[in-house]
This record gives sequence, structure tokens and C-alpha cells, in this order.
Amino acid sequence: MSKEIKISVSEKRCKQCGICAALCPKHVLDQEVGCVPVAARLEDCIGCRLCEMRCPDFAIEVEVK
Amino acid sequence: MATYKDYMLFDKLPHTWCAGCGDGIILQSIAAVFAEMELDKHDITLVSGIGCFGRVDDYLDINCMHVTHGRALAAATGVALGNPELNVLVTMGDGDGTTIGGNHLIHCARRNIDLTAIIANNYNYGQTGGQYSGTTPTDSITSTSPYGHIEQNFDICKLAEAAGASYVARSTAYNPVQMRKLIRGGMEHKGFALIEVMVACPTHYGRYNRQGEAADMMKLMNEQSVPVEKARTMTEEELEGRIVTGLLVDKDREDYYTKYKKIIDAQNMDK
Repeated sequence: MSKEIKISVSEKRCKQCGICAALCPKHVLDQEVGCVPVAARLEDCIGCRLCEMRCPDFAIEVEVK
Repeated sequence: MATYKDYMLFDKLPHTWCAGCGDGIILQSIAAVFAEMELDKHDITLVSGIGCFGRVDDYLDINCMHVTHGRALAAATGVALGNPELNVLVTMGDGDGTTIGGNHLIHCARRNIDLTAIIANNYNYGQTGGQYSGTTPTDSITSTSPYGHIEQNFDICKLAEAAGASYVARSTAYNPVQMRKLIRGGMEHKGFALIEVMVACPTHYGRYNRQGEAADMMKLMNEQSVPVEKARTMTEEELEGRIVTGLLVDKDREDYYTKYKKIIDAQNMDK
């Protein structure tokens, strides 16, 4: 992984709709029922920010350095 | 560099929309377009109607006006003509924009008022319990059509095009990148611009029609989507039940204010 990527999820704002985990093109995020999503395979992340753009609740933030 | 966060009121979040509702995706796109264009907050006015998507104004840190059901375009016409320097945006749902306020939509498009209308189409009246609206597809189930909807639905983009809109585009909540591009195009366009965005309503429409969770509804939306270039080569039967996305109409037509100003200037010259 050449880029340093950080994915943070706000527990306060996330409504656990599951959009980010289901639609991530690289299947980076995992989500279990009753929990906020976690970046389980961060090494696969390409930093496309689609999860951030598709999050209806402004809960995910992707930092690419 | 400005980001979408500079145009939002983060202390008002979490918002009132249901989990999985696509309205938040459009809200982020609108704020991101403001940031991309580096607009001054005082140069933007957003007028919203009643309905789920009418709540957009609660979360934006710009000049907003929340008006009666279906009359957002009528109020925005006054704003756009009162101060033509403003970037006027109108946010409506399908029930607000085309069913209750359908008359304002066609006349706004006909007059070519310089504003950008964004219609979030979730196929039903979400805020009041999932009743059918003018865009509910035939045969689908809603709370007021439990045995299947018998009416023919509106195609919002075709309606606006026929009424004379000079910029018409359609996108889906699945594709926020395209949505941003089209909203920006609409804001830069001089004249009436309409962007229809297909959003999922997993609470009512999705549940009644057994379309699964929000992510499943968005995947279905993507499967139904056809780019406008490809749609031009397809027959009407092939396009049945599909969503044609992209920039559908983009033509130059003198807007209402420019024409009006010409008349005023000509009258003043005579004196």
C-alpha cells in the first residue's frame, strides 16, 4: 500500500444502514447487526471515497495522505 | 480549500431521515458542489418545500427558505427575479415538486427562470406514511394502493423537457460522482435547470415492494440505470422500467430575467 489511508466512523451519527459496507468496491468494510462498520481490510482500500460520498448520515470520513 | 463541511451545520446532525434514506447523499453532494465552486454563502439561496427532501435546509449554513407544500418553485421564482445575482436552488421531493406542485414546475420550465431545481424521487410520499405519488410506478404497492397501483407514472425529465426546460439531467443516489457533476452543470447553466435524483425509500416503498435493505435498493437502482448515450440506441420496449441517467437536455435559451431586463431598459431609454 503506497498511500496512508485512515477511515473513521462517527458512532454518534451512523444509523447502521449498511450502504457503505455493501457497496464498497473493494469490500474493505465489515458491518455486523447492531454495530457501526469497521474497516476490516484497510490494506485493500484504494481511497476512492465512495463510502464517504454514499454515507447518508455524514458518518464516514476517509483521510488519504 | 473549502470542503462540504464549511456549508453544513454539523451540530444539527444526526438528521431526521431514516437509516438508508438517500436524501443525505444528495445533501452532501449539494454542499460539495458549493465547495467545489467556492461560492460565498451569501450568494446562495435555497428554497425547499414540504416533504422528506424539503428538510435539506435545516442542515445547511446558507440562506434558506422553507415554504408551503408544492410552492417552492413559486417562491424561488420571486427570489430569482428579485435578486438575479443569487444562485437559487430549489429542493423538492417527487410528491412536492411534481404531484402537488406540478403546475409550478411546468410553468417555471416554460418561463425559463434562472434557478436550479433538484427533485429527489423516491416513488412515494415518504414523510406521511408511503402513499402513492405521481411518480409511483404502475403495479407497485404503497400504503394507499395495497393491491397494486393502477395509474401511469410521470417521467419527470420528459415532462420538464416538453415544458421547455433548457437543462434536464437525471442521476441516482448510487452514483454520487455523476450527481455532483450534473448539479454543478445545472448551477452553472443560465436558465431553468432540473436534476432528478433517484433515491431509495427503504422504510416505505422498499418494504411494501419487498426490495430489501437500502443497499439492495441502491444496487437495483444501478442495475436499472442506462446511460443516456446507450438509451438513444434502445427501443421503447427495451427502456421499459429502466432509469435513463446523464445529461438529457442542454440547450441555450434566453432566460426570463434577461428578456425582462431588456424591456425595462428599452422603456427607460425612451424617457
